[in-house]
Amino acid sequence: MYKYDFVRQLDSKGGDRRQNVLHIDFTLLTILLVLCMTGLFVLYSASEQSLYYVKRQATFMLTGFAGMLIVAQFPVRFWQRWAAVFYASALIALAAVLFFGVEAKGATRWLNLGFARFQPSEIAKIAVPMMVSAYLSRRIIPPKLKHVAGALLIVAIPAFLIIRQPDLGTSILVFTSGFFVLFLAGLRKRYLAGAFFGALAAAPLLWLYVMRDYQKQRVLTLLSPEDDRFGAGWNIIQSTTAIGSGGLAGKGWTEGTQSQLNFLPESHTDFIIAVLAEEFGLLGVIGLCTIYLLLIGYCMIIAVNAQSQFARLMAGSISLTFFIYMFVNMSMVSGLLPVVGVPLPLVSYGGSAIVTLFFGFGILMAISSEPKRIGSWR
Amino acid sequence: MLRDNAISDPRQEQRLFSMRVMLSVCIVLGLTSIVLFRYYDLQVNRHLDYVTNSNKNRIHIRSVAPTRGLIFDRHGQLLADNRPAFTLNIIPESAGDTDQLIARLDTLLSISEKDIARFKKREKRSKGFAPVPLKYNLTEQERAILAVNSHVLQGTEVSAQLMRFYPQRELLTHTLGYVGRINDREIKNIDPESYRGTDFIGKIGLEKYYEETLLGKVGTEQVETDARGRVMRVLGKNDPVPGSNLTIHIDSQLQRVALDALKDERGALVAIDVKTGGILSMVSTPSYDPNLFISGISQKQYDGLLNSPDRPLFNRALRGQYPPGSTVKPLFGLIGLQHKIYDIDYSIYDPGYFFMEGIKRPWRDHNADQGGHGYGVDLAEAIIESCDVFFYTTGVKTGIDLLSKESALFGLGDVTGIDLPGEKRGIMPTRAWKKDNRRQDWFNGDTINMSIGQGFMLTTPLQLAVMSARIASRGKTVIPKLLKSVDGKDIAPEFAPDPIQYDDKYWNYIHQAMVDVVHSKKGTARGISEGISYKLAGKTGTAQVISIHEKDKYDSSKIDKRKWDHALFVAFAPADNPQIALGLIVENGEHGSRTAAPIARKVIDTYLANYTPNKLHNDASRLAKYALAPIEDN
Repeated sequence: MYKYDFVRQLDSKGGDRRQNVLHIDFTLLTILLVLCMTGLFVLYSASEQSLYYVKRQATFMLTGFAGMLIVAQFPVRFWQRWAAVFYASALIALAAVLFFGVEAKGATRWLNLGFARFQPSEIAKIAVPMMVSAYLSRRIIPPKLKHVAGALLIVAIPAFLIIRQPDLGTSILVFTSGFFVLFLAGLRKRYLAGAFFGALAAAPLLWLYVMRDYQKQRVLTLLSPEDDRFGAGWNIIQSTTAIGSGGLAGKGWTEGTQSQLNFLPESHTDFIIAVLAEEFGLLGVIGLCTIYLLLIGYCMIIAVNAQSQFARLMAGSISLTFFIYMFVNMSMVSGLLPVVGVPLPLVSYGGSAIVTLFFGFGILMAISSEPKRIGSWR
Repeated sequence: MLRDNAISDPRQEQRLFSMRVMLSVCIVLGLTSIVLFRYYDLQVNRHLDYVTNSNKNRIHIRSVAPTRGLIFDRHGQLLADNRPAFTLNIIPESAGDTDQLIARLDTLLSISEKDIARFKKREKRSKGFAPVPLKYNLTEQERAILAVNSHVLQGTEVSAQLMRFYPQRELLTHTLGYVGRINDREIKNIDPESYRGTDFIGKIGLEKYYEETLLGKVGTEQVETDARGRVMRVLGKNDPVPGSNLTIHIDSQLQRVALDALKDERGALVAIDVKTGGILSMVSTPSYDPNLFISGISQKQYDGLLNSPDRPLFNRALRGQYPPGSTVKPLFGLIGLQHKIYDIDYSIYDPGYFFMEGIKRPWRDHNADQGGHGYGVDLAEAIIESCDVFFYTTGVKTGIDLLSKESALFGLGDVTGIDLPGEKRGIMPTRAWKKDNRRQDWFNGDTINMSIGQGFMLTTPLQLAVMSARIASRGKTVIPKLLKSVDGKDIAPEFAPDPIQYDDKYWNYIHQAMVDVVHSKKGTARGISEGISYKLAGKTGTAQVISIHEKDKYDSSKIDKRKWDHALFVAFAPADNPQIALGLIVENGEHGSRTAAPIARKVIDTYLANYTPNKLHNDASRLAKYALAPIEDN
């Protein structure tokens, strides 16, 4: 079991005492810092070299770091115990959005609290895997069919509410984060196969009854962007042009013509990877992926070493969801997947996603800093 | 705490979880590989395609209009110039509320409804950051007002373009022509590449004839634009080649004298340099200011020009076709002599009438009332006193075929080949011509009419000038040209292919007769010989506008002035070494001797007085004066 030896070595490096006192995982902190710095660096170029977005993003990140360290102070059991309440509040907020939400750009995703606006779907990204983890951690593994059904119901209600906003991207992220818990909890292979074919079967139903016209358009656009060069196809043509023209080494920082001359839409938000690809080339893309994979890998190690089933499931789901962010974003910008509103985690500009992500990493830190009780299960 | 009879085995839980994590890691790595392969495919395999696409996005070729060639007269006087014209533009993006801005501008400059309407139309199609023109041809005062108020006029901009300007205004309009905006019909006939960036094209006159020479070659600029088409920077440049500068034979001072002499009349004058065929002066009156046509003439002004009974738009020198009248007598006499139809000694009796065998109706001499020219009228006297009966008699003897064939050598009945568009041929009738056009045979009566330059015969003032130049030069068939040099390189004179080889004694005889028209006591143009210091050879002519019955007397007091006879004159000087030849007509001027001949004298006096002038200093100062003044709308 050399793998566990490796894990222990990593653990001992951090120093148990310090971790236990401040609940800070310095390895995780360092990787996140590197990622955030990289993100700000690219954002500067992507936002027409104005410091405005960089400053705001840095503020979000600092808030995120602070939030993460606060969340890390709570014991894992706290989240396990309050998961149901947390989940219920998220559902109420999501339902409230449908009735009292603030509309922007044709979608109703925000709740106005008077002093601030927030996006309940962001809470759902944490609350759903948390609830599913709490639910399944008390059930026998591998989960029985009725437990699978229960877990799916927990996932489906918020996913449905979010899809109504409509926000397909977040809905997918929420659904997958819950599904990952099921998967990590040892969902039987026959159920996995069933889920796979079920998804295939559901696709036409989704197409006919759930997806909005603009969402269908995005799928069609993916298949042949040239059909609508200056409409729906514009984004994807410009982003692939930006990526492709970057080549191996890129055009240089702030030298990307596609992004600097505004051919690339949403260059500082969802399409920021195209700026990176154009200015730093394939090497830049590989570099960023390496940081992401290091982060995800490290989070997986935290999950494997977690002291309770809840913690394991929660940590694993957060790590895999983070990967889904990265995968979906990089795929949609490069034309592998339809354009759904998924940002590139910790690089795309945007406060809500950053706060949510750091909340997740806060929980991971809490998990990683819990005292090791090998052999015990409580 | 465990519900649902679950038996939790932490080791099993952990083992199963670890297996699932291992599986997840595999999936993560697998999906990451797919994504990275996609980026590899785009960035390495298809890199060059996307570089091309990216460059197509941002790099555009912009045309840079060449500067149109200038036109100078023979002394370097500037005739066609390019001057900055100032336009007031609004940049909608930075102006904000354009209606409000226009209202504010209106209080300062008064903007017309038409300007506003045009602006609105263009604004709709504009890209926001691109300037949209509001008012053209700002005056110096208007520019000053704009400059002073610039702090409250955000979003406005004054731009300068080069516009054609004719500093001599109406002096040479019919000859120079003018440029104007390219219209729909022209756009089909031009090479669009050559006219990228140019809105103007030569419409008539020299501007049209030498369009290709004057135009120059369009330049290009490689510019980088952003997604909205805004130019960010210039990447490369291929400078335009300016059009060639033309120098023409026209002598502005001579032109001015001729124009002034004719300015109260409807008429035309063409003066030719006998040695080179260069057109020294070419006038058609009334004239007008060609600058009106450049930036768009108003409908009212245009209608005024178009509908005027004086027809100012009509180039009479090139396109006016008139019966030449007696001005052809020296030529017809010369043809008869050279072809031995009669000799120098030949004379006739002129009772004032000419009877043709078999025709009852007589042909009148113009002085039939005085009883004709009497006995012993020879060719010289017939020219000097303009005896019609002599030419009726000899015309029939010479015959239509010979007159026609030989007259063609002197430039009658066909285009002269001058470098101007739209020249008229005139009519030098032949038997075939009458058959084709009148469906009738040629009668001797037609020859008789023609022998004094009436009947079917028509000539342009240019043809008359060419005819007198060829008589003056003893048969040198030089072709009239306006162009003297291109970019300082002289153009060699051209000659018609068929030479005129007549005996010197006949040239001498005709020259002397034409000198005597002016200098002898009985000459019809003797009135202009007073104080003359050189020998001027000429011939008067009168062309009937309406036909008068043989019994009726022509009495101008009883006829509408528009129906008075046209007055003509052809001349060359000095007779012993001819330099300048001319032809001119004054419409309804009645008598060549009284109206037309004095104008010829004035023009020739001016030319010979300045024959070897050094006016360069004078011209240079005039050039400098015009170079500074901008074009203003008025």
